[in-house]
Amino acid sequence: MSGDLPAPLVNADSAPYWEGARDNKLLLQRCSDCGTLRFFPRYLCTACGSENTDWIEAAGRGTVHSFTVVHRAAFPEFQERTPYVVALIDLEEGPRMMTNIVGADALEVAIGDAVMVEFEDRGGDGAKVPQFRRA
Amino acid sequence: MSLRNKIIVAGVGESDIGKVPGMTGVGLNAQACKRALDDAGLTLKDVDGVLTAYTMTEPYFMLGTVVAEYLGIQPRYCASVAVGGGSPAVMLKHAAEAVLAGHCDTVLVCAGENRATGQSRDSAVAALTIVGHPYFENPYGPLIPGFYAMIARRYMHEFGTTREQMAAVAVNGRNHALRHPNAHMTKSITAEDVLNSKPIAEPLNILDCCLISDAAGAFVVTRADRAPDLANDPAYLLGIGEFHTHEHLIAAPSLTEFGCKQSGEAAYAMAGLGPRDVDFAQLYDCFTIVPIIEMEELGLAERGEGGERFLRGETAIEGSLPINTDGGLLSHAQAGAGGGIFGIVEATRQLRGDQGDRQVKKHDVALVHNEGGILSSNCTMLLGREAR
Ligand SMILES: [Zn+2]
Repeated sequence: MSGDLPAPLVNADSAPYWEGARDNKLLLQRCSDCGTLRFFPRYLCTACGSENTDWIEAAGRGTVHSFTVVHRAAFPEFQERTPYVVALIDLEEGPRMMTNIVGADALEVAIGDAVMVEFEDRGGDGAKVPQFRRA
Repeated sequence: MSLRNKIIVAGVGESDIGKVPGMTGVGLNAQACKRALDDAGLTLKDVDGVLTAYTMTEPYFMLGTVVAEYLGIQPRYCASVAVGGGSPAVMLKHAAEAVLAGHCDTVLVCAGENRATGQSRDSAVAALTIVGHPYFENPYGPLIPGFYAMIARRYMHEFGTTREQMAAVAVNGRNHALRHPNAHMTKSITAEDVLNSKPIAEPLNILDCCLISDAAGAFVVTRADRAPDLANDPAYLLGIGEFHTHEHLIAAPSLTEFGCKQSGEAAYAMAGLGPRDVDFAQLYDCFTIVPIIEMEELGLAERGEGGERFLRGETAIEGSLPINTDGGLLSHAQAGAGGGIFGIVEATRQLRGDQGDRQVKKHDVALVHNEGGILSSNCTMLLGREAR
């Protein structure tokens, strides 16, 4: 995975998340009223309905819940990188997110593996996406 | 509102299926509609409601009214439904509710697209990424088989489902397609063929994935008291339920439990029936893992035992629980929102008991399950040869 893959799409819900990624920080939304963490970012708390939100920095550690090795990608820029791993990660803080597993031993990944975040350049203007490698 | 015994599927139809280069997507829908009306002994003049889904091959927006306009009718009830592969069953439910509420009398429901020839294969594959979350999934290059592959991997991990069992699902569908007069696939396959076919997203190979077809299907929904006026025996709606848990895989409550359970329980409760009353089933099979999960969620097999039922051949037309007797999405047809409609078409035909050498032996109660997204939107129905 590398810099000529598409840059993330930033919108009003997710702008702080992607700003954090530029600084190598994995940010999670937290309800200011009930404290529930949520992923993906959105306008209101799905636990209590509160519209009051702040952000915390996640530790960047997680566990592989499931994964696939992709051999046939939808777009040429991804097809060039096959085979690659797409995974669902359960963060230490609770929320589940999607990622690639990167690194030399990515294809040896298994369910339950501990993983650690890193940040991958996308689009050439400082934008980054969180990625995970086996810890 | 209980719909039990009050509503019938009055007629069913399929367009030409496979590669049909001489026809548009909406034309395929019109062909299926005409055949469904002929099957019911009705005409376009009898139709006062239209439901359809969506298209990704043709630049139409309000597809419900597009179809009505194309057919030259002016319905008093009309809409487009977009819950992916769950759309046909959900449309049957919504049509039934509209008829019972008196909004209309006869609803024509259709779905399908010219997926095989109406767009390039690459753009067809690219179109499938739109099911992914644009902000938090697509940056990682998943695609629909990848999402289902992650479900398959987790399901195998928790319940011991095997690749051989999944291959048996593909072989079961293909064997049935070979006996169907209008199926896309016409060449037999073995479990080895499936296991050795090109990997797409591990553990799924190309023969674990549904087809890309030109195909449309249609059915007619009306009140049960109109059954005596029809050209053919109808299927009675005994029970139906829907349940929607998420759209994107990152938001799925679980990778092993889905809304099929709730949609199935609602359908069984309305019908006053249980899994043991089901004579045969048409399960949504966009990937080989999916009907195994649905079987288990719907109580047609114990958890972890669905795959074994396929492997033992119990799901064959001659088996104790025939499944996907037309070949399913894996071997009969898949075209956008149209895939699941053929389960309703096939269930209605099998309930009539006139399918010759591919007729299931017991045909009193059929279960049809449609799902859309990534097992996101689920709808289950029970159809009967008679009211009960
Ligand atoms: Zn809250």
